[in-house]
Amino acid sequence: MDIIEAHHLRKAFGQVLAVDDVSISVAEGEIFGFLGPNGAGKTTTIRMLTGVLSPDAGTVRIRGVDIHKNPLEAKYFMGVIPENGTVYSDLTAEQNILWTGKAYGMDRASCKKRADEILARLGLDGRRHDVVRTFSKGMRQRISIACAIVHSPKVLILDEPTTGLDVYSRRLVIDTVRQMNREGSTVLLTTHNIEEANTLCSNISIINQGKIVATESPEKLKKTFDTSRYIEIAFEQQVGPGIFAVEGVIRAEPWGDKWRVYSGNPDRAVKELVAAAGRANLTIVSIATSNPTLEEAFVQLTAGA
Amino acid sequence: MDPRLFARSVAIVAEKNMRIYYFKGPVVVFGLLFPLLMFLTFFIGRSLDLVLFFPGFLGMMLFFTSSSVGPLITPWEKRDKTYERLLSLPVVLDSLIVGDVLAGAAFGAGITSIVWVASSALLHLPLRDPVLLAVGIVLGAVTFAALGTLLASPTTDNPSNIMMLSSLVRLPLIFISGIFIPLSQLTGWMWAATSLSPLTYLVDLFHAAFLGDEVHSPWLDSLVLIIVILIFWLCARAIQQRNLIKGI
Repeated sequence: MDIIEAHHLRKAFGQVLAVDDVSISVAEGEIFGFLGPNGAGKTTTIRMLTGVLSPDAGTVRIRGVDIHKNPLEAKYFMGVIPENGTVYSDLTAEQNILWTGKAYGMDRASCKKRADEILARLGLDGRRHDVVRTFSKGMRQRISIACAIVHSPKVLILDEPTTGLDVYSRRLVIDTVRQMNREGSTVLLTTHNIEEANTLCSNISIINQGKIVATESPEKLKKTFDTSRYIEIAFEQQVGPGIFAVEGVIRAEPWGDKWRVYSGNPDRAVKELVAAAGRANLTIVSIATSNPTLEEAFVQLTAGA
Repeated sequence: MDPRLFARSVAIVAEKNMRIYYFKGPVVVFGLLFPLLMFLTFFIGRSLDLVLFFPGFLGMMLFFTSSSVGPLITPWEKRDKTYERLLSLPVVLDSLIVGDVLAGAAFGAGITSIVWVASSALLHLPLRDPVLLAVGIVLGAVTFAALGTLLASPTTDNPSNIMMLSSLVRLPLIFISGIFIPLSQLTGWMWAATSLSPLTYLVDLFHAAFLGDEVHSPWLDSLVLIIVILIFWLCARAIQQRNLIKGI
C-alpha cells in the first residue's frame, strides 16, 4: 500500500514553472529518497507534500487523506523537518518537544516519557533544560528531529536533514532515521549526499528542472548507467590518449595524476590496457576498476541543470 | 474539518505565542510603555478631569496592548525560520490567525484589566455597568488584536518593518478617536473622522460603562466592533493565503 501518493503536482511562481507534473508514490515501510540538483524543485515538492504550499494542480494523499482538503487530519500522521526549519530558540529543548507533542494531541505524561527517550537517543539528555539559542547547529538539528518524531509518526518527511552537520550529528541523524523506519515510520528524505541516499533508501526519485527524470531502486539506477563503469590507471611515464585506443575502451580522460578509462567491458579493457602498456614499455603504477555509482547516474540524469 | 482538532490547533498556537512573544522588547515598549507615556504626556501638568478621560485612557491602553503582540509574531517566525515548521504541524492558516488574535487579545485584556482594577482602587472611579465594561474589554481586545494580526500579514521577515508600519497606522487612530476630546464635543469633519476609527466605538462603549454619557447606543458600538473584527480577520486571511500560494 502506498502511504504517500502525489499525483501530477504542478506549481508555478509567476513565469517560473518550479514543479511540472510530478508524481510520487511511497510504499508503507520504505525509505524513499528524493534527489535533485539545487533549484530542481525538491523543496517546492516537499512543501506541497507537507501541506505548507498549495499546488496549482494535482493531489497529495497521506494514508489516503487529501492533505489539501483535510490538512489537520493528514498532518497528524506526519513528522516533518523542513529545509532550514528550526525550532523555537527561546524555548528549552524539552519545552520544544513537549509543545510539539501537544500539537500532535499527545498527553503530557506520554509526551514527557517519549521526550526522555528521544533526548537520550540523540545525546541531548544533559541539555534538556537549556534554551535552544545556546545550541550549535548540529544540536538544533537534533532537537528539530526530536520534535518531528515525538509522536512516532507514520510518515517522516525530511528535507536535507544532514546538510551542514558535523560527522557526529550526521551519524546520529542517520541512525535515528533508520531506527524510526524500523519502528514503523515510512521515510521520505531529500539529500544532496548521494552516498547517503544510496545506503539509506530502497527507492529514489530524481527530479531535474521540475520534472521527475527517474524513479528506481539505487541498484537498478546504477545498472541503467552500466556503460559508465570505469578503470583508473596510472603510469610512471607521461602518456598520451593514443595508448587507450584499444578494444573495450569507450573513452579516456585525464583524472589528476591518473587516467579514467570508461568501458562497457572493464575486464576486457584491463587486459588490453596491460598488453598495450607492455608493448609500449610503460610501467603501470596502479590500476583499479570501479562499478557505476549512483552519483554517476545522478550526474548523467541531471546533466545540464 | 473536525472542530475539536481545529480548537486544539488554535490553542497550541496561542500557547506558543504567549510563551514566546509576550516578553519580547517591542511588545513591552509598544504595548506597555508607549500608552503609559502617552497618558503622562497628555495629562501631567494639565488640569484634566481624570474621571471624564478615564474611558479614553482605558481604551488607549487596550488598543496599544492588544495590537502590540500580533505584528511581531509572523515576521519573527519568518526571520527565525520557524514559520515553515509551524505550518507543517497539524495547523491551518485559520488556526494561526485565530491563535495570534487570541494571544494578542488575552495580553491586552489582561493588562487593561489590571490597569482598571488598580486605577479604580486608587481613584475610586465610578462604574455604572460592569457587563458593558466586560463586553467592551473583550470586543476591544479582539478588534485590536485582529488589527495587529492584519498588520503582520504583509510579507517580510524583518519585524522592525512591521513595527514601523504598525506605529504608522496606530498613532493617527489615537488622535481621531475621542480619547483626548470627548465625542460629544466634536462636530463637522472631526466628527466624520472619528466615525472612521474603531477605537471611537470602544471609547464610547467605555463611556457607557463608566459614566453613562455615551454618544452612540452600546449596541451600535458593539456591532461596529464585531464588523471591524470580521473585516480585519478576512483581510488578514486573504493576504496570508496569497502569501502561502506565492510561497512567501
